[in-house]
Amino acid sequence: MPVHVTLPAALLPLFPGAPRELEIEASTVAAVMETLEVRWPGMRDRLCDSRPAIRRHINVFVEGQRASLETPLAPGAAVFIVTAISGG
Amino acid sequence: MAQQTMLLIGTRKGLFIAESADRSDWALRGPYCETWPVNHAIADPKTGTIYAGGGNEWFGPAVWKSTDQGKSWTHSSAGLTYGEGEPPIKAVWSLAVRDGVLYAGVDPAGLFRSTDGGETWEHVQGLRDHPTRPHWMAGGAGLILHSLLVHPEDANRIWVGISSAGVFYTGDGGKSWEPRNKGTRADYNPEDQRYPEFGQCVHSLVMAAGEPDILYQQNHCGMYRSEDGGQNWISIEPGLPSSFGFPAAAHPRDTDTLFLLPLNGDIAGRYVPDAKVAVYRSRDRGRNWQALRTGLPQENAFVGVLRQALATDRLEPAGVYFGTSGGQLYASPDEGDSWRCVAPHLPVIVSLETLSVPR
Repeated sequence: MPVHVTLPAALLPLFPGAPRELEIEASTVAAVMETLEVRWPGMRDRLCDSRPAIRRHINVFVEGQRASLETPLAPGAAVFIVTAISGG
Repeated sequence: MAQQTMLLIGTRKGLFIAESADRSDWALRGPYCETWPVNHAIADPKTGTIYAGGGNEWFGPAVWKSTDQGKSWTHSSAGLTYGEGEPPIKAVWSLAVRDGVLYAGVDPAGLFRSTDGGETWEHVQGLRDHPTRPHWMAGGAGLILHSLLVHPEDANRIWVGISSAGVFYTGDGGKSWEPRNKGTRADYNPEDQRYPEFGQCVHSLVMAAGEPDILYQQNHCGMYRSEDGGQNWISIEPGLPSSFGFPAAAHPRDTDTLFLLPLNGDIAGRYVPDAKVAVYRSRDRGRNWQALRTGLPQENAFVGVLRQALATDRLEPAGVYFGTSGGQLYASPDEGDSWRCVAPHLPVIVSLETLSVPR
């Protein structure tokens, strides 16, 4: 059973055709990022840095809890990827 | 052939483009690059392709690319990394193109090269392998590689300016590097350490037209000229109102002509001296300076200009342009003799470059 992923609105104009919400077969947050990268090359670089880790001002929530790349995903989990409130 | 002049205006909130057929009436368009902070944008003079380098707090560094004069854009950061476990790259700060090869300077300081028009990048490892690297100190804007000069005939010869590590030079395409800071001061150091081998706070580095070994640098601590590719620097501060400022711009053809925009001092507010805006021009390599004020605000102008926000075009007479950190864009069609504000309400202007295209 796939997980349900919501992408940040500010990301979408960078990858024409990418939807706000999609279903992905993945058992960790890292695997979600892998799939996004395959479908839209370059997308992982926007969400993750080279440490590797989720970027400092990007948050990923899984079932309402803040997650890391290593966070496991249960079948059907809701994965929200959001931009932090930052800037000026 | 009639020329259309384009100004590539990098701002904190995207890239803007100003265009004019006569350098009098300007039309502004943008913002582009999804309003990302754009630290530097250039055009490949051979193809007209525009590249814009920057970084977004959410999404990291990227180089944007447009092959249709800004109408549509793609972006990439593939390969812009020091690898796992190393500090992530925050932003692209400087771009240069020579013979189809694109170069990018980044924060934290390092140099990257692309041979496929910015689609993928490879790290020029030699610079960060330099033994002085662990001792480089970040300046106010970060540890940024902000100045990037490639020799016009020999692309193996590259000069970079890093704040606040100083000027570094390679003669072998980036494999080995040497500091080139002899004669430039570090006034903030203890008295007996003011002329170190590296660690000077270079603010901008430019090359004289037609004489690649004549370099100028505006430094945190002085204004300098080198006539031997940076091996030795001499002060050219006499006649200037201040030793402090950020940008410098070379004339497009006249080897001896240089433009500056001095600020009042590093602990004096960092705005134009006496709150009166003036561009300084030298016609003799910095021996004498002339303040150019016609059309520029001369009262209550608490204006700063950032390191990459002064540029010249290639027309005759040369146009000169600067953008302020308050978002005003000024243009002179006559080598600085007269000025006009052509865009008063832009975001913080970080960089300016020019492009002339046939119309």
